[in-house]
Amino acid sequence: MIAIQKNNTINLARLQSLIALLFLCAIIAILSDKFLTMDNGWNVLRQIAVNVCISVGMTLIVLTAGIDLSVGSVLALCGAITAGLLKNGVKVPAADLFIGFTILGALLAGIIAGALLGWFNGFVITKFKVPPFVATLAMLTIARGLTMLWTQGHPISNLGPAFSVIGTGWFLGIPVPVWIAGVVVLLAIFITRQTRLGRYIYAIGGNENAAILSGISINKVKLIVYSIAGALAAVGGIMVTSRLDSAQPNAGTGYELDAIAAVVIGGTSLSGGKGSIGGTVMGAVIIGVLNNGLVLLNVSPFWQQVVKGAVILVAVIIDKGGKKK
Amino acid sequence: MLLARNITKKFAGVVALNNVNLELHPGKVNAIIGENGAGKSTLMKVLSGVYIDYEGEIIYNNETLRLTGTKDAEAKGIVIIHQELNLVPGLSIAENIFLGRELCTSFGMLDKKEMARQSKKLLEKVKLNADPGTLVADLKVGQQQLVEIAKALYTNASVIIMDEPTSAISDKEVDNLFMIINELRNEGKTIVYISHKLKELFTIADRFVVMRDGCSVESGLMAEMTQDALIRKMTGRAVNGPTSTTVQTFTEPVLRVENIHLKSASRHGAHVLTDISFTLHKGEIVGLYGLMGAGRTELMETLFGLHPKRATGKIFINEKAVQLQSPIQAIRQGIALVPEDRKAHGLMLDQKIKTNISITVLNQLEKWGIVLHNKKETRLSKDYIQRLGIKTHSENNIAGNLSGGNQQKIVLAKWLATNPSILLLDEPTRGIDINARFEIYNLMKKLAEAGMAILLVSSELPEILTASDRVLVMAEGRLTADMPVREATESNVLKYAIQHNITA
Ligand SMILES: Nc1ncnc2c1ncn2[C@@H]1O[C@H](COP(=O)(O)OP(=O)(O)OP(=O)(O)O)[C@@H](O)[C@H]1O
Ligand SMILES: [Mg+2]
Repeated sequence: MIAIQKNNTINLARLQSLIALLFLCAIIAILSDKFLTMDNGWNVLRQIAVNVCISVGMTLIVLTAGIDLSVGSVLALCGAITAGLLKNGVKVPAADLFIGFTILGALLAGIIAGALLGWFNGFVITKFKVPPFVATLAMLTIARGLTMLWTQGHPISNLGPAFSVIGTGWFLGIPVPVWIAGVVVLLAIFITRQTRLGRYIYAIGGNENAAILSGISINKVKLIVYSIAGALAAVGGIMVTSRLDSAQPNAGTGYELDAIAAVVIGGTSLSGGKGSIGGTVMGAVIIGVLNNGLVLLNVSPFWQQVVKGAVILVAVIIDKGGKKK
Repeated sequence: MLLARNITKKFAGVVALNNVNLELHPGKVNAIIGENGAGKSTLMKVLSGVYIDYEGEIIYNNETLRLTGTKDAEAKGIVIIHQELNLVPGLSIAENIFLGRELCTSFGMLDKKEMARQSKKLLEKVKLNADPGTLVADLKVGQQQLVEIAKALYTNASVIIMDEPTSAISDKEVDNLFMIINELRNEGKTIVYISHKLKELFTIADRFVVMRDGCSVESGLMAEMTQDALIRKMTGRAVNGPTSTTVQTFTEPVLRVENIHLKSASRHGAHVLTDISFTLHKGEIVGLYGLMGAGRTELMETLFGLHPKRATGKIFINEKAVQLQSPIQAIRQGIALVPEDRKAHGLMLDQKIKTNISITVLNQLEKWGIVLHNKKETRLSKDYIQRLGIKTHSENNIAGNLSGGNQQKIVLAKWLATNPSILLLDEPTRGIDINARFEIYNLMKKLAEAGMAILLVSSELPEILTASDRVLVMAEGRLTADMPVREATESNVLKYAIQHNITA
């Protein structure tokens, strides 16, 4: 055995998707002169921010070899909870009680609700050994139903200018949602690369049996991970609600698919143990740019879906090809 | 005759095979011998179409052979039984044998009857007494091995490559395997046989090829070789045998177990472990021998807290009663378990060597209680790579890319890193070459001298007799003997191991 060179192939996959992204941008820029404007750039980033938040949580889950189909519904429910609390507070007629919520209180309540919903997913998965796919599929319907109940099927709107800062405001020349997504990403990178929890997440996805024998409380790790994903879905829900100044009962429908797509395009293996937050961010950006480009180019919504699906396939196939060698 | 000429195979910067030449003779058992990482498995994967991007030439029956894959190799009559078995556990024996080559009726339906019938015949040939409908998951490793051979026989292969077929099976199963190999040899098939058990090779092999560092260094007739000469060829130097044991008495009990019972996982099954009591002392190495299915692994697992619901009995550590309800608790009590099956329970194959070694001790590698201390982690893994002689050029290599024996050493490393006071070793030298094996025995001695108590499970009697201070023997879930090593001989240990119907 002779070592000829250091292993330089690790970042190749990331490089590939970067090239793909630049290529994509170039094509859209040639076809549409609106693409490369500052306004559009911020707009794209703002839209991506929501998906990034959800996808980061999804990545953590997928790394443990799980999946979360409920993020879209959880997003809607938590957005609605925040909006509802902010606007109407809680009335308990029996006790003749009224609790009003400040913005911060409503935000916290929404995020905690998200974490609890995620925790419940994790609880069902670890306690009753229900496969993640099934457990979160159930939550997808449950949370959507709860959203309808909470909102009575009507949007909760007019939440005030202060609240709308979260979705539409600027800070130091950069949109607030981009700040939020950035912080989420940095935290997640820190967790996955520099903490014990991160290692345990990879270990569980890499070989659950070996992880158990190594003395890892895999149930605890999974509970934490699903809770984080729920909380991040809530953050996404708050951003969406704030941007529209309205909590829509059907918000976030299908978002789980965009999140999974970002994770997969980013090179994270659905069987767990392999992948990175950085990859997912790249995946989310590719999807975001693609969405934006297709709209700018006036592609019909039907064709948009077809193209998006095709891009996911191509991305994953290229990724596979890169790995075989 | 199968010839390999100047085969070179590289993996991302690592030369695994370097201009290898090889002759494999029909009607002979050809042994391939070499240290861990010498390139044996890689060469066999080239010959059997697993790797198709190599330099050099394969010549089979005087024709150049350029395989396009394993299917192609199979069609040409070359099959391999891998070091890591490749069966689908959730499928039956028959389904595994016919996987990818299912028989169909004239209506295009699966011809289950015919497949079962032919499977039955093949199973008879490999002397496996099991129903073809049995799930592979329910078979022991040795039996799974036989299914792999049956699979090879079905394709009517003329070259059969066996990569460490005996590393995981009992002596009785080895005898059975040798009988099958003898029959195949008499039918004129080319058998390639890789093993680290030199004694075995002298029994079964006709010819040998020695590999070292990716090169073939010598070949010839087994009958003209001695064990010492072979070892010298493999390592390029003479090997220091394990240092001999001085007779000692051990007085300080570290682990004492009383009346351990373990219920079977299925509701109606008998007890897997019945009334086990023994003591493990500080600084003592206790060998635990038994045939396959004697319950040795289950005992280890119970001690490691893996069967909290099914096990009963008392466990004392340093004379204090303890509850071992989970691996976490066991680890906290200073117990470490090197499991039997490294692929299923030992390693995260897709991850770095470093990550695999440090996973058990991450809590000690944190600074400010939260951030991982990368430098410390690297230092730790480098230290163990060096101490155990793991053959790799970087701790950042992926564990799954190492040779089988070197993977085993990673598992050992990750548990030694926890600095346990009680070390449970379940077949720790499986697939490890003879030199490294002696190193591991010496390491065990050193650890014991430093006060560690070691329980060593092994299916190899010589290993037990070399490495231990005391010998326990199990048969059918019971402890049948407990004796100092000086009283243990191959024959009396075996007698206890096959002891039947003991009166309770
Ligand atoms: N897929 C791979 N990627 C990178 N390196 C590899 C890969 N497979 C094998 N190697 C390297 O090639 C060398 C030879 O490995 P091989 O598995 O052939 O050894 P071996 O002789 O079978 O050892 P053992 O007795 O331990 O099974 C080793 O150094 C190993 O690390
Ligand atoms: Mg090998």
